[in-house]
Amino acid sequence: MASIILFAPLIGAIICGFFWRVIGEKAGQITATGLLFLSFFFSWIVFLTHDGVTEQIHLMRWIDSGSLVADWAIRLDRLTAIMLVVVTTVSAFVHLYSFGYMAHDHAFPEDEPYRARFFAFLSLFTFAMLMLVTSDNLVQMFFGWEGVGLASYLLIGFYYKKESAGEAAMKAFIVNRVGDFGFALGIAGLFFLVDSVALDDVFAAAPMLAETQVSFLWTDWNAANLLGFLLFVGAMGKSAQFLLHTWLPDAMEGPTPVSALIHAATMVTAGVFLVCRMSPLYEFAPGATTFIVYIGAITAFFAATVGLVQNDIKRVIAYSTCSQLGYMFVAAGVGMYSAAMFHLLTHAFFKAMLFLGAGSVIHGMHHEQDMRNYGALKGKFPVTYWIMMIGTLAITGVGIPLTGIGFAGFLSKDAIIESAWAGGTQASGFAFVMLVIAALMTSFYSWRLMFLTFHGEARGDKHTHEHAHESPMTMLVPLYVLAAGAILSGMLFYGSFFGHTDKVASFYGIPLQGEEVHAEASVEGHTDETHATHMADGTAEAEHGEEAATAHATEAAEEHATEGEHHAAFGGNPGDGAIYFGENNHVLDDAHASPIWVKVSPFIAMLLGLGLAYQMYIRRPDWPAKLAENQRPLYNFLLNKWYFDEIYDAVFVNPARAFGRFLWKKGDGATIDGAINGLTMGIIPWFTRLAGRAQSGYIFHYAFAMVIGIVILVSWMTIAGN
Amino acid sequence: MQNLISIIIFLPLIAALILALFLRGEDEAAQRNAKWLALIATSATLFISLFLFFGFDSTDTGFQFVEDREWLLGLKYKMGVDGISILFVMLTTFLMPLTIGACWGVTTRVKEYMIAFLMLETLMLGVFTALDLVLFYLFFEAGLIPMFLIIGIWGGKERIYAAFKFFLYTFLGSLLMLVAMIAMYVDAGTTDIPTLMNHTFASETFPVLGIQVVGGLQTLLFLAFFASFAVKMPMWPVHTWLPDAHVQAPTAGSVILAAVLLKMGGYGFLRFSLPMFPVGSEVMSTFVLWMSAIAIVYASLVAMAQEDMKKLIAYSSVAHMGYVTMGIFTVNQQGLDGAIFQMISHGFVSAALFLVVGVVYDRMHTRDIAAYGGLMERMPVYALIFMLFTMANVGLPGTSGFVGEFLTLMAIFQVNTWVAVVATSGVIFSACYGLWLYRRVMLGQLIKESLKSIKDMDKREKAIFAPLVVMTLLLGVYPALVTDIIGPSVEALIGNYEVALNDYAPATELASAGDH
Repeated sequence: MASIILFAPLIGAIICGFFWRVIGEKAGQITATGLLFLSFFFSWIVFLTHDGVTEQIHLMRWIDSGSLVADWAIRLDRLTAIMLVVVTTVSAFVHLYSFGYMAHDHAFPEDEPYRARFFAFLSLFTFAMLMLVTSDNLVQMFFGWEGVGLASYLLIGFYYKKESAGEAAMKAFIVNRVGDFGFALGIAGLFFLVDSVALDDVFAAAPMLAETQVSFLWTDWNAANLLGFLLFVGAMGKSAQFLLHTWLPDAMEGPTPVSALIHAATMVTAGVFLVCRMSPLYEFAPGATTFIVYIGAITAFFAATVGLVQNDIKRVIAYSTCSQLGYMFVAAGVGMYSAAMFHLLTHAFFKAMLFLGAGSVIHGMHHEQDMRNYGALKGKFPVTYWIMMIGTLAITGVGIPLTGIGFAGFLSKDAIIESAWAGGTQASGFAFVMLVIAALMTSFYSWRLMFLTFHGEARGDKHTHEHAHESPMTMLVPLYVLAAGAILSGMLFYGSFFGHTDKVASFYGIPLQGEEVHAEASVEGHTDETHATHMADGTAEAEHGEEAATAHATEAAEEHATEGEHHAAFGGNPGDGAIYFGENNHVLDDAHASPIWVKVSPFIAMLLGLGLAYQMYIRRPDWPAKLAENQRPLYNFLLNKWYFDEIYDAVFVNPARAFGRFLWKKGDGATIDGAINGLTMGIIPWFTRLAGRAQSGYIFHYAFAMVIGIVILVSWMTIAGN
Repeated sequence: MQNLISIIIFLPLIAALILALFLRGEDEAAQRNAKWLALIATSATLFISLFLFFGFDSTDTGFQFVEDREWLLGLKYKMGVDGISILFVMLTTFLMPLTIGACWGVTTRVKEYMIAFLMLETLMLGVFTALDLVLFYLFFEAGLIPMFLIIGIWGGKERIYAAFKFFLYTFLGSLLMLVAMIAMYVDAGTTDIPTLMNHTFASETFPVLGIQVVGGLQTLLFLAFFASFAVKMPMWPVHTWLPDAHVQAPTAGSVILAAVLLKMGGYGFLRFSLPMFPVGSEVMSTFVLWMSAIAIVYASLVAMAQEDMKKLIAYSSVAHMGYVTMGIFTVNQQGLDGAIFQMISHGFVSAALFLVVGVVYDRMHTRDIAAYGGLMERMPVYALIFMLFTMANVGLPGTSGFVGEFLTLMAIFQVNTWVAVVATSGVIFSACYGLWLYRRVMLGQLIKESLKSIKDMDKREKAIFAPLVVMTLLLGVYPALVTDIIGPSVEALIGNYEVALNDYAPATELASAGDH
């Protein structure tokens, strides 16, 4: 079944991409979409029936060189299962949505087929993404990693005639390559130290790596920290984290369904997935995780500030994505991998929905993307309006404080903020403050988007507004489904991702402390039991039914009795479950025990942001312009995204080009050719004269002379030898 | 099949002789006959070489299909293949029919053109199979001549300059090698390559012109061979002949030059430098590693600045060969596997890229990047193929370009992390120049009037690319096809290398003890 999930999109891409001429464009689209729904369907079965035990399926040999063995294989554990449903769900509905969205694209002339190509790329992307999340070794992950990069490149540059699209596509690929540079070095380092690239071996070696010093460049490093850092550089590129984020906003050049699928829900979360996947390593790499927390927190803050002033509707959401990814990294960095995955899941639903909703508006507004030309669209887009409203409620984190009731983002974002508070280090304290401020800004820009688009007065081209229309059914159905996810996914899965220790443990197949000795057996028994309960009501309230299961862990609980009412703690060895919590990782318990002011702070920040946005865009729409006028330097700073593009152009891009030109003209031309050719050029005329005198100057004769020369040399050797 | 190798090697030569002796006239029919005969001869060679391939036992690390005969003047004719050379033989026989197919449009001196290619094939195959020093040298040097002619006669405007630059660079390098070969013969008393591989050349430090040469004779011999192979590779800073040669060479010439001739340098390192002069190699390895890393970055940066499509690809070849030399001189399993894999893969990928340039050159007669733009609109098939090989060149996993690059990077990290970091940065630069080229040629609006009627690839062109596409993807997805064959021989090579170094280590300790 896992193989079908994995390969159905590939087959779809091939059929749709190559055989649409035979079967017709429409049939190609339907085939690709149908196969994705097959994947989607099976993924949910896998997710719901998964029992927490890691399963490995070997597919085929791949790279095999000495001790470096990397095969095509599927690793099926809870992390994979989560990613499978996220990827296939969003992808399947984005395929469906694209039927409507791509139906009549004015970027292409009537007679130019483009739909099949688009669907083939989407399916190809999905395949690469699935390869990434199901990989059982780092090399296959790298395959998926670069594969999604390729698909992203192709789709960002889909409107290939547009100069800016080509540029954005190239930028995305190259910036990602900067990250891959780190990733590749990380894999090389792991192979050097562990002598294997298989995940199991790497996990098992994690404690050893923490004790190892390795010489890298100018000095010695702690191996775990160094490798953790290098791999995270890869994650930074893919997940558009601070310093390597510049490609993501530009990636909005791609069609909107692409933004929803790749640049919101799936590909950009690959970095988060990588960090969670490598949790056994990161648990032993405190230096690397501190770095992750800082980068995550800065990204969350930075991207939110830029999002405040953008006018392009997609760019606002893009910066919002960037910011939310920062949240996820903070969670992963403080050691709450399950909270990171939780936000990854909920974010996939509501952010894909926001993008698709925005796409619906863009589609209906004839590809107008500037919010300054929107306004009062509520009446024209009644369904889209409510969908976007749900998305906004989800992303800003609306819910009832101190209960488990609320939109998806409410639960997952609060989980992260509480985890950051509970991290107990300087970095996590910094992150907590940043994230709460970012929550305020998130609320502000999200509501600003809503108010500018749907409320107030109609602005911009009158004609466009008059012809604005609600989207067709193929585009609305995906929105309904994702809306359901945005409302419910938080409440449904809170217990599994961020509930009590035993609950989370059983979800991820992590043994509890005291169970280690018989880890294998007890995990299975344990999870079967809890699994049944979990499935029975499927909500967070199932904890009482699990008392029997927790009995296993009483022994362990005694050791940790001081920690309060929880009777369990994570145990096991690195690699036992889908994620690993180190012995000293109490963030989950501490987060649950965080004070009330911590728990309500994001909620208050959200209310403040909403109030501010309401004040500025509904009650006093003249304020924003005035504020921008009064604070011109700050406004420009934010509007120009902290001038990152300009700085990078000045520091990296232009010097590299100039240097290349310099090396070509001066290095190759003047120096090397100058020196070596000085000799050569001296000889050639001489040759020519000689040949000219001897014969006719025909090039054949040079060759003849050479043959003679060689014959003489050989003869001489032979005679000398004899 | 005692004579299998000889049959494979001389079949093209026989075809060339037939052409030379029996084909008369320059009319269209004669031209067609010449092309068809060349195509049939090279295809037959490929077919026969398959027997070699499938008859090859990869678990045997010695030489197989060995032919050993007396030759004139007391010289020996000894041929054979092992796990290191067999794939180069296959690469050559595989690419030749495609190359012939690629010069279907040539109309000047077709007969001679075909003869040149057929002779070139014989000589290239000879290089990879010769097991005698003199024989090797003969093939190695004689191989220059047909290529020299191909560039010099059928090349572009500055063909004479390029042809001479190509010839002199490589020939001067080889002269040092010849001296070294004589020295080897004097020292070992034989020109038999398998024997020489087991011969231990003196490695005691001795002074030359007041400089203490660590590794002694071995280092000197190594350097002499290095001069020749480094030019062939080509390594920085003796690479400047390559861009000129490529730019002036006709498409088919570029294909063979990049795909096969460049591999002779790498093959030479594996056949001579490492097994025969292990101490010399070890002494010089850090130097070579740095040269390789510089080549990768330098050539990539220069590639970014190019305005000529072929020059850009030529510089990217230099960068890719940097991975090869780097892999070879890490002297570990991943490094050597990766280096050989990279050479094979580069054979397909660079051949394809030069053919890609050839496709538009045939239509527009210019290689200026600025003359193109927006071709995707008119040439969707071409766009796809160009994309695939750009990605293979960039080293995207799933294509053959990835495996070699990745393995060499895994290898270098174990040896020198500084070089590893510099070399790995090549993955960024390759994306820069590769995608930049693609963007300027394929993307954007099709505004140039001259391009508005450009045609997509025809059947012949598709047929030429199809095998390359298949190989690039196949080796990317299932590289074991290559590594299974080369693995055991590489392992044996490394084993011998380490034994030799261990023997050397006590000797040096003794020497240093004597100093005190």
